[in-house]
Amino acid sequence: MNRHSQQTVADAFSSLAGNKSDDLSLSDGSRVAVVGGGPAGSFFAFFLLKMAQAIDLELEVDIYDPRSFSRCGPAGCNHCGGIVSESLVQILAAEGINLPPEVVQRGIESYVIHMDVGSVAIESPAGEQRIAALYRGNGPREGGDAPWDSFDGYLQGMATERGARVLRKLITAMEWRDGRPWLQFADRSQDRYDLVAVASGVNSNLLKMLADLPAEFQPPRTTRTYICEFKAGEDGVQNILGNAVHVFLLAIPRLEFAAIIPKGEFATVVMVGEDLDQELVHEFLNDPVVRGCFPTDAVPCVCSCSPLINMGARKRPYADRVVLVGDCGVTRLYKDGIGAAYRTAKAAASTAVFMGVSEEAFRKNFWPACRAIATDNAIGRVMFASTGTLKRFRFLRRVIHRMTAREQAQPGRRPHMSSMMWNMFTGSAPYTDICRGAMHPGFIGNFAANLALGAWPASQRREVS
Amino acid sequence: MVLGALGKRYRDGEVIIRQGEPGDCMYVVQAGQVEVVQHTEQGEQHLAYLQAGDFFGEMAVFERQVRSATVRAAGEAKVLKVDKKTLLRRIKEDPLLAVNLLQTMSHRIRELDGQLAKHEERAR
Repeated sequence: MNRHSQQTVADAFSSLAGNKSDDLSLSDGSRVAVVGGGPAGSFFAFFLLKMAQAIDLELEVDIYDPRSFSRCGPAGCNHCGGIVSESLVQILAAEGINLPPEVVQRGIESYVIHMDVGSVAIESPAGEQRIAALYRGNGPREGGDAPWDSFDGYLQGMATERGARVLRKLITAMEWRDGRPWLQFADRSQDRYDLVAVASGVNSNLLKMLADLPAEFQPPRTTRTYICEFKAGEDGVQNILGNAVHVFLLAIPRLEFAAIIPKGEFATVVMVGEDLDQELVHEFLNDPVVRGCFPTDAVPCVCSCSPLINMGARKRPYADRVVLVGDCGVTRLYKDGIGAAYRTAKAAASTAVFMGVSEEAFRKNFWPACRAIATDNAIGRVMFASTGTLKRFRFLRRVIHRMTAREQAQPGRRPHMSSMMWNMFTGSAPYTDICRGAMHPGFIGNFAANLALGAWPASQRREVS
Repeated sequence: MVLGALGKRYRDGEVIIRQGEPGDCMYVVQAGQVEVVQHTEQGEQHLAYLQAGDFFGEMAVFERQVRSATVRAAGEAKVLKVDKKTLLRRIKEDPLLAVNLLQTMSHRIRELDGQLAKHEERAR
C-alpha cells in the first residue's frame, strides 16, 4: 500500500468533513465489503443480511478472504485453540445456529486442572456437553481426507446461504474517494463500497492497511501464543484425555497457562504467556506434570504455529462507513475470542442496518458492546494476576487443589472454587462475575479455612482426629 | 448417534421435561428427535415431534409457570439445555436475540390457530 492511500484511510478514520457523504445509511442496492472470512466476518455478513431481509432491505455483501477453509494445514487454518464456550454454544442455539456434529470434534464435559500438587477434575455444572472443541480450518496437516467440517467454513456457509458472496481476492489497499471506501486488489482491479467491515484478525497483513493512523485508531497490543497438534489417533485421544480439556497451572516463569484440548484423532496444545519462545515451549512439553498427562515425547507433533492474540482494545474501531469487528478491534482477554467476534459482529450489523453507517451511529450503538468487553478485560487482568500469584506459592496451589477436590467430591457443597476455576478457564462467564464470586463471603471463608488447614501440619491433624 | 453432537444424550422414551414440573431453562434438539405429549383427562395426547434445531421449554424462560407438556426422546436424541440466566442476560444486552424465539413462538400460535379453526369446523 502506498503512502498516499494510507493517508486517505487515516483521513477517513478521522472523519474529515470533506470525506463525509450526505447519506450515511444503507439503502436498497447498497454494497458492503467484509474484509476477512473468519467468524467475525461471517457473523457480521450473516446478521447484516438476516436483519436487512427482515425489513426488506436488499444489500449486496461481499466477503473477501483468499483462504479456503476446506484445505488441511496452515493454508485453510485460522490459528486458534478452537473452543466455543458454554455460554456461546447456548446463545448460538437460541439464535437458531446449532453447531452440527460434523463441525464439533468433541463435546467437552469436564476440565482437569493440573498442578505440581496434584490434578483435579471439574465436571460441567450442567452435567452435559456444552463446550465445543473444533477446528477453525479443516484440521492440521496429516488430517488426510478429514471426515469433519471446518467451523469457519460452516459460518461462511451460513452467510452465503443468506446471499453473501465469498471472493478469494487479495486486497492490497483501501482508499477513500467521493466519500466512499474503495478496495484495491492484487489483480489491480478496484471496487467501491458503502460500508467496509474489517474482520481480519490480528495475524493478517491486511491490518497494515490501517497503519499510520492517529493514536486512537492504532491496533491493539498483541502477544504470541503457541499451538501444536499432536496426532494420537481417536482411541488414543479418548484414552489419554477423554472428553476433558486439561489445563496446566505450573510454576514455569513467563507461562500464563497452557491447555491440551482433545479433538477427534488429534490433541491441540495451546500455550499463552509472555515472550513465548522455543525454550519455553520445550520446558512446558517436558515438564513431568505435562508428561504425566500426555506423552508429548512419544506422540508426533504434526502441525504448529505461533499466532498473535489481541491483548487490548482498539480505542476507536469505527469511522464513517468503516467498522472493525472481532479480534482486530476488541476481543476477550485470553478466552472466548469467538464469543467476542459474535457479539461485536452482531452489534455492528444491527447498527449498520437500523442506525446507519456513520461514525456517530457506530459510537452510540456499536461501541458500547466493545466497551463492555474492554472493561471486563480490565478485571480479567487482575484475575489472571491473582492466578499468577497462586502459581508462585505451593501452599496456595494446595489450597486450590484441596478446595476444588472437596467440592467435586461432595456435589451438595456450594462450588466456590470449582465455579471460579470453571469460568476462568472455559471463558463461560464474564471476568466481572468471576471477580464477584471471589468476593463472596463463602468463598473467602472457605479459602481462609483451607489456608489455615494447610498451615496446620498434617501429623498434628492426624493426632487430633 | 454422532460423537460430535453437543448436549445431553437421552435414551428412547427418556423424559426430558415433565408436564407440571417447574422449569428454569429451555432446550434445543441437537440430534435425533423428541416427542411432545400432553396429559389431559382423556389421557395422553401427542402434540408434535421436534427435530434437530427445534427448541422447546421456552415458556419457562419468560414466565414462572410449570411445564405445559412432557417432552421425551423418540429414539436416541441429544438435547442442549439453555440456561434462563444466560439467555435473559444476553437478551438484555441484545434484544434482537429474542426475535428468533418470537418467530418460532409466533409460528406455533399460527399453527394452533389453524388447529383450533379445524376443531371448530368439525364441531359444527
